[in-house]
Amino acid sequence: MDILTLFVVVPVLTVIALMFTKGQNNYRVVTLIGSIVQAGMAFNLLYQFLQLKSGGNTDIMVFMQDYVWFAPFNIHYLIGVDGISVLMIMLTSIIVLTGTFISWKVNDLTKEFFISLIVLATGVYGFFISLDLFTMFVFYEIAVIPMYLLIGIWGTGPKEYSAMKLTLMLMGASALLLVSIFGLYMHSNPDAVGMTGLTFNILEIKNVVIPESVQIIFFPLAFVGFAVIGAFFPFHTWSPDGHASAPTAVSMLHAGVLMKLGGYGIFRIAMYLMPQGAHYWVVPFMILAVIGVSYGALSAIKQTDLKYINAYSSVSHLGLVLLGLLMMNEVAWRGAMLQSLSHGFITALFFALIGIIYGRTHTRIVSKMGGLMTIMPIIGALYVIAGMANLGLPGFSGFVAEMNIFVGAFQHTDLFHRVITVIAVSSIVVTAVYILRVVGKMLMGPVMDEYKDLPPITWYEKTGTFILVLFSLLIGIFPFFWSDIITEAVKPFIQGII
Amino acid sequence: MNWNTFLLMRHEIVLAITILILLLADIFTDNKKNINIIALTLFGIHTIIGLLPLDTGTLFGEMFITNPLIAAFKNILNIGVFLILMISVSWVNTKMLPLKKVSEFYILIMSSLLGMFYMISSGHFIMLYIGLELATLPVAALASYDVFSRKSSESGIKLILSAALSSGMLLFGVSIMYAISGSLYFSGMSGNFAYSYLSILGLIMVFSGMAFKISLVPFHFWTADVYEGAPTPVTSFLSVISKGAAVFMLMILLFKVFADMIWVWTYLLYGISILTMFVGNFFALRQQNLQRFMAFSSVAQAGFIMMGLLSADQLAVSAVIYFIAIYVLSNIVIFGAIQMIGLASNKYKIDDYNGLYRTNPYISLALMIGLFSLAGIPPIAGFFGKFFLYTVAASQGYYWLIFIGVLNVTISLYYYLLIIRASFLRRSDNPIPHFKSDIFAKIGIAVASIILLGLGIYSPFYDYINSLSNIF
Repeated sequence: MDILTLFVVVPVLTVIALMFTKGQNNYRVVTLIGSIVQAGMAFNLLYQFLQLKSGGNTDIMVFMQDYVWFAPFNIHYLIGVDGISVLMIMLTSIIVLTGTFISWKVNDLTKEFFISLIVLATGVYGFFISLDLFTMFVFYEIAVIPMYLLIGIWGTGPKEYSAMKLTLMLMGASALLLVSIFGLYMHSNPDAVGMTGLTFNILEIKNVVIPESVQIIFFPLAFVGFAVIGAFFPFHTWSPDGHASAPTAVSMLHAGVLMKLGGYGIFRIAMYLMPQGAHYWVVPFMILAVIGVSYGALSAIKQTDLKYINAYSSVSHLGLVLLGLLMMNEVAWRGAMLQSLSHGFITALFFALIGIIYGRTHTRIVSKMGGLMTIMPIIGALYVIAGMANLGLPGFSGFVAEMNIFVGAFQHTDLFHRVITVIAVSSIVVTAVYILRVVGKMLMGPVMDEYKDLPPITWYEKTGTFILVLFSLLIGIFPFFWSDIITEAVKPFIQGII
Repeated sequence: MNWNTFLLMRHEIVLAITILILLLADIFTDNKKNINIIALTLFGIHTIIGLLPLDTGTLFGEMFITNPLIAAFKNILNIGVFLILMISVSWVNTKMLPLKKVSEFYILIMSSLLGMFYMISSGHFIMLYIGLELATLPVAALASYDVFSRKSSESGIKLILSAALSSGMLLFGVSIMYAISGSLYFSGMSGNFAYSYLSILGLIMVFSGMAFKISLVPFHFWTADVYEGAPTPVTSFLSVISKGAAVFMLMILLFKVFADMIWVWTYLLYGISILTMFVGNFFALRQQNLQRFMAFSSVAQAGFIMMGLLSADQLAVSAVIYFIAIYVLSNIVIFGAIQMIGLASNKYKIDDYNGLYRTNPYISLALMIGLFSLAGIPPIAGFFGKFFLYTVAASQGYYWLIFIGVLNVTISLYYYLLIIRASFLRRSDNPIPHFKSDIFAKIGIAVASIILLGLGIYSPFYDYINSLSNIF
């Protein structure tokens, strides 16, 4: 078994083990063992990858494996990773691990909860390793569907509505995606006779010159299809509702990992394979992206529910990812990928903390809380850390990422890009407003009587949150380690598009 | 009749013998419960004999044609019917045993299957018509099998009337075709249709006749009432086996007989496919009764199948047959679950399923696998079936059709999720209590669900169908 397929096999084995397990505690232990193994594999992968690269390997993709799946259509199970996918896999494994810790106390249908969570993770891992459009699409859908059950069964509030909305919007987006995949497939080989010779292989399609008229049709389909899951402005509405209703671990996985599939897919498929289409459509999409950035930040100010605040904050920050991608230069792309990574850790931390607070106060409305810092000092301090990281304080990962995006954006000297960039930069100020407002109201201020005897933070909550803080700090303090990996991975992709 | 002919008509002859033995067994068996075992055993033997390799050849001066693809399709139907029979045993025992109407059920289903075998093997329109009628009439009897239910009788009458109308249209079309080409043989007809309004009319008439059987819009009106009224095993048979055989027949007619009129029927299929998907899906949205719900769902699925007929080549044949095989299994799982729940609690509404997972987890899981397969969610086989149908449309450049298709998948996902919402998400004060079902139904549903989980990922099955599909 090769090093990458294990990322699909191990979660599947975990699911099978869970099916034959009995006892509330054993479910947790089995899941925990599974997710620790996954995290170990992810770091092993990172180590192996660095070894390979320092040995002078210059391939775009490494650890490639190719198995024929459906021969008549030339569908392959083709996998391989570059620096970005390695980091994304690491992010996923960490969030699955911390998510397991945070959902230690899920008591209703525990087994089913963990099974759905692991199935979701399987889809995400598979998406990040696959280099074949068909395989990628299969894993994408595997990742989307468990969300319905996770939100619908274990969620809070209007969970049935949110779950249905999320599922249908993401499936609707995959309609666009599927059409564009077929568009690419049918144009993947100009010499093909009938269906023979066509391919879903991303690296092979790249070698073909797809006519510009074709790219102009299929680029927006691929872009929007992926962007919906990345909370692209007019199609972001599933995300706040979904986040607000989801149980904690699911919000973490959802914001931390699942929404990253969007930016990753645009980077890997839409822009890489259809650069001319990207140049043709860049202006309208950029306007929408920047609207998303400001709209998300401004909406976050107005929200009263902690989860909605962070959901809109995610819309804003992931808007920056799309904006960075649309800037189409190396620095901005590096920033976009770093932002994906850093936002993954920070948002997961946020949602974990919100889950912990909600588990104690039983409300997420900011105005109903106050003085939590004195009652729950550790949680309060962690919340401040997460907030500071989120608004891009130097020393944390958010700063490095946003800095790169804006520096990249300023490399364009024309008025349009300048205006867009200035609007986007100003959203950071807004970010500060909503984060500091929450910190001020909820953590500081007079202590409310009803919250005086809240239970202290438990070991599993501590472990989960500390791991996330650690990684956010690691990116912030050693930015060059991560950005070097990403830069090298971005290079072959950016060459085709400039 | 010599040994060679026996080998070529093996499916039909063994099935006919099975029916005859069953007729005799009914006389000599006192405990009618044993008929179930006898019928299942005989049909099992028939299914296994069918799986042995078969030659290509024709009989009765090309009236009867067989080749590996047709044999493979018969095997798919066999396996489907075998699963349906297994799941039906508990229904037969509880509802039909007191009335002493056990063996008739098996004999009628098998006779209908025999008709379908002759139909899909036909090389001549008379043969096709005889097969079609033999396939339809027993089903009409089966639909009204529950003699004390008014709805069941109603559905039998509706089925026989619409079947008569569709046969009339088919015969009218055939006579026009005969007038043009001077032959009733498929091989004699093809290639004789020049551009003329008469030939287009003939095509449309023949197409409409088959469209009734497949319940394509606008010939779908009988579907919901018949599905709702008929006993669940019969509905299950009607929705998968009957429909599957009709699609296969339509495919042979279009690809073989009307091959040079492809420019007419691609437009026809394109329009009907879109219309069928939308009508089926929109009507399914508001249904509460599960059998009605499945009726509209199967109308919508028929629209998807039509998408796969758009290119008359090997790709289309294999995609359609692969999809039918998966569709048969998915519907069998769902109808099996509906039937088991209906027998245990007499509940057939979606709202009644609230909280089902907490009382009956395994049947809910099977239901989920079946529904996700119909909706096309990977890694369950239905996704792969749909994907290959889209590929057929893409190979002709019909990107809009793919878009509409996937949009319809999203709509259909909504209503499939309604059932999942009821059984998994909701709780109920008065859920369907935990029940135990008999071993046959359990095995049948479990086998079908496991095949659904594995069949998509296991590609050799598709490769096998594809290797047989280069016959047209």
